[in-house]
Amino acid sequence: MLVLLGIGVVVLGFVLRANPLLVVMAAALTTGLTAAWTPDADVQTMYAAALATLAAFGKAFNDNRYVSLVWCVLLAIGLLERAGLQERARTLIGKVRGATVGRVLWVYLLVRQIAAALGLTSLGGHPQMVRPLVAPMAEGAAETHYGELPDRERFLIRSHAAAADNIGLFFGEDIFIAIASILLIKGFLEQNGIIVEPLQLSVWAIPTAIAALAIHSVRLWMLDAGLKRALRAPRPAAAGAEAAQ
Amino acid sequence: MITLTHAYIVAGLFFAAMSLLSALDASNRRRIANFLFWGMLAASFLAGGYLGDLGNGLLALGLVAVATFGLGEGKPQTTTPEQRRESAMRRGDALFLPALIIPAVALGGTLIAKETSWGPLLIDPAQATLVSLILGALIAVAVAMLWLRPPLIAPFQEARRLIDAVGWAAILPQMLASLGAVFLVAGVGEQVGRVFGEFMPLDNITIAVIAYCVGMALFTIIMGNAFAAFPVMTAAVGLPIVVMRFGGDPAIVCAIGMLAGFCGTLMTPMAANFNVVPANLLELPDRKSPLNGVIRAQIPTALPLLLANILLMRILAFPQ
Repeated sequence: MLVLLGIGVVVLGFVLRANPLLVVMAAALTTGLTAAWTPDADVQTMYAAALATLAAFGKAFNDNRYVSLVWCVLLAIGLLERAGLQERARTLIGKVRGATVGRVLWVYLLVRQIAAALGLTSLGGHPQMVRPLVAPMAEGAAETHYGELPDRERFLIRSHAAAADNIGLFFGEDIFIAIASILLIKGFLEQNGIIVEPLQLSVWAIPTAIAALAIHSVRLWMLDAGLKRALRAPRPAAAGAEAAQ
Repeated sequence: MITLTHAYIVAGLFFAAMSLLSALDASNRRRIANFLFWGMLAASFLAGGYLGDLGNGLLALGLVAVATFGLGEGKPQTTTPEQRRESAMRRGDALFLPALIIPAVALGGTLIAKETSWGPLLIDPAQATLVSLILGALIAVAVAMLWLRPPLIAPFQEARRLIDAVGWAAILPQMLASLGAVFLVAGVGEQVGRVFGEFMPLDNITIAVIAYCVGMALFTIIMGNAFAAFPVMTAAVGLPIVVMRFGGDPAIVCAIGMLAGFCGTLMTPMAANFNVVPANLLELPDRKSPLNGVIRAQIPTALPLLLANILLMRILAFPQ
């Protein structure tokens, strides 16, 4: 039971808004020490346990370096931003008649979900797609209708751009048979003596995928309605487009 | 053959450049902290294999110490908004092409490595996507350099502008993955599962399904990762109760149970690479809050979807 203190450290750390890296390290050490603790453990045993935990953490940190590889794409993204990539994304979407924040993000959600369902999970992501392209396009669509955006709405739109990427990925990827989560389920069931084929698992991801698309479509429609309410008084150019719908 | 080892060398050199350029940036009052932080990360990528487990642990501890002290934000020279608008106008939609090289190469490289007989000679098929992603980034940089002709230092300075906006959050996903490994060794998962199994009265199908799905989501919120929650919750509630006692179809129960966990991923700052990193990248003002804008945008989708998963599991896994 004591090892659950590590989870307590995580929760407490987030509540106190301590630096999350510090929280993670404190939680790891707490977990390692409580796992080794017995009523008659002396200082030396606990010191050894602390070192062992730090070593286990270090091994995992080294094994998981691939998680941080993605930052290398900033070399290319930064260079293109310097040449006006975000501005171009805004202009492009401004030229599309009838483009709204909700519709732009809906199209991205759909493409992301279908691509992930086909196993193409690398066709998106926050550094590669959301910051340089999707968020500026969504902001551009709003600016076409409402002019310069207040901060509140600008950051709301950006948050939704990130959300569309996550939701499309999570509820698309499980339809693909060779994705990590499907293989994890298959392996787990196999250890418990139940043999299932990856395809049996992935078809049952389809109902949830449809539900996710439906629910988030409604959310994006509501986002458009909310932005319209907050930012009413469209400019003359946008008023024409509204009337045409 | 290009393997993950080569990608690590590229990343090591990348972070080394971030470190050195940070040290030279007089506009950043905490430039020593940035120099140390990116420098240690560079050391991890370049020499992590030689440091030993405890050495790597001390390196991680060093990164935590510097991050707790606080990183500054460098102000590398870049183009003005006017220059960018002018450049965007002049260069037109061709600007999108180098950006699309990255996913195109990531995808193409993965397919070539896995689906052709000669692909494995070029790219390690076991790590095809990561290796191809780095290749794509390098090709995109080369194309952009040849076309745009910026100063040679520009890609590094622009990347530093962006990575400094992300700050220490850049390694939070990696740190959380390491915490997960420590939790695993200490048996935290089994304990949570035991507590959950003991205190829930799971005496009818609907309550058992709700307990499993909500448990997956909650445990994912704590761990930040549905993969960590799945074996624990499924061993505690999913298999023994929903499947064995009430006769649910194991494939359907597990497939939907995992997706119930994904609903939890949408609601937690512990899933740093999905929820914290974009908040930093998009420079949201509340990016340090546990409930930042990205998570608040996702919760109203995650909760109804969790309910949908409960209903789907209840209806589909028990066909009578």
